[in-house]
Amino acid sequence: METTNQRLLHTFAALADLGEEIANTSDFEEMLRSSFHLLLGSVAIRRGAVAQYDRQLDRLRIVTSRGLEPAADTDIVMARDYARALATLGSSLTISDAHSEATRFVTENPKHFRSAEIQILLPLVVHERLIGVVLLGEKASGERFTEEDLATLSALARHIAVGINSHHLLGEVKRKAEENQRLYVGLRKIYKETVHAFAAAIDIKDRYTQGHSVRVGKYSEVIAREMGWSDDEVEGITIAGYLHDIGKLIVDLSVINSPERFSAKESKEMSRHPSAGYEILSPISHPYADIPLMARYHHERLDGNGYPDGLKGDQIPAGAKIVTLADSFDAMTTDRPYRKKLPLADVLEDFRVNTGTQFDPQVVCAFCRAFLKEIEGKKERRLLSLLNRNYDNVENVTPLLNQLLADFDGGAMAASVNN
Amino acid sequence: MPDVSQDSSIQARCVGDAAIIYASDYLNKLSGERIERECKRQLESGRRALIINFRDTELVNSIGVSILVGVIDAVEQNTAQLIFADVNNHTAELFQMLGLTRHVSVVASEDEALLLVSEARP
Repeated sequence: METTNQRLLHTFAALADLGEEIANTSDFEEMLRSSFHLLLGSVAIRRGAVAQYDRQLDRLRIVTSRGLEPAADTDIVMARDYARALATLGSSLTISDAHSEATRFVTENPKHFRSAEIQILLPLVVHERLIGVVLLGEKASGERFTEEDLATLSALARHIAVGINSHHLLGEVKRKAEENQRLYVGLRKIYKETVHAFAAAIDIKDRYTQGHSVRVGKYSEVIAREMGWSDDEVEGITIAGYLHDIGKLIVDLSVINSPERFSAKESKEMSRHPSAGYEILSPISHPYADIPLMARYHHERLDGNGYPDGLKGDQIPAGAKIVTLADSFDAMTTDRPYRKKLPLADVLEDFRVNTGTQFDPQVVCAFCRAFLKEIEGKKERRLLSLLNRNYDNVENVTPLLNQLLADFDGGAMAASVNN
Repeated sequence: MPDVSQDSSIQARCVGDAAIIYASDYLNKLSGERIERECKRQLESGRRALIINFRDTELVNSIGVSILVGVIDAVEQNTAQLIFADVNNHTAELFQMLGLTRHVSVVASEDEALLLVSEARP
């Protein structure tokens, strides 16, 4: 075969192989090593190195080398002006330039390279910026490099430059994504702390229900988790529990702190708080869905007799149904100015009577299951730790919880009730 | 023929002072690196002549060439002898074009290579 044709075929094959190597994004070091091997093999060069340029540090770092002394494996200082000049030279490089730049480079870095080792220097340039350099020693043939060799080597070097640049960009994207993730986690933390502060503010206003919002949040969390909600959804419902009474901030203090049962006028004033809560929460971009709706609908009932909108069954969001039960449970298990807390048996009887009309059976059953699991020691004691402060012998309600589960068929009757 | 290579994926045997290493059908990164490792192992164990037999080799790509250049370097540093045997025409032309033949003797057969080794010994 004619030498020219054979050379062209060999170069073409090298380019094709290089394409495959550059596509290997999983192992950057290996990609570089193989690509450089291909470049060396394209004209059978005995030694050389690829160095990556760090614009921030004005340094070249040898990223792969072959046949060079170990001293070449360290960082090399490169002045910014020199880097700029090499970048400009990139596309119009002649063999004479490649030789003279190699001589200059080796002269300026005598500690790293012996003059005989490096014969040509190819700048690696992408978008007119220096990405690095390829340093090449003598050919196995002992012949001088030709313009033809330079064309081949430059074509291969361009691919390597793109590979290095892509890896660098990928690294930057990854770093930015990690930074954004950190910011996001930080913002979520701030958000949660703010919500906690709001919950405390709501509860301080009502001296008879201190800690109510936080407890409703915790009960809601336990129920949602038992219902198989995702971690994000559980976090959302917890926040909704904390904020469900935020509308009370606009209710007159004398009404909230009235020691008597509410009069009709006071009841009307008090019943404004779900809508008011919705108005307060709606303009805020919450990281969880439907928090304003859960505040608005936590006094709705399955039978349509709730407020403010008289929604029925499935018109009420699932989260609001959970908050409704948690809210009622806490209201009945804590002292109020007009009555003492109810015995737990009475609370569960209230659930039995009102399930299907006020409470969703699925939610009631999830609550009962979670409660039983805590009593049996199968789950962390979340409900019990809140209840134990007010009740002795909580475990005595086990038969009642089991009865509720049996009455409502583990929540299976929910579909018929909701529709 | 006793195989002396430690890598089961590469075949090698020793004849006197010479190690004969058999290249696979396609000399690329994977098979090339195996050959390079085996050559270096043989040099470290004191062999002063390496014969790479290309009887099964159809194609040598650029990485293969670069690896063979590395083997040439290692052999020269150890003042040893390197012979390529049974190389097909296409590959022989490639070695010639790239100047590898300046450093390596290319012969038609393994026997010829062994003869060359024995002639080179005092």
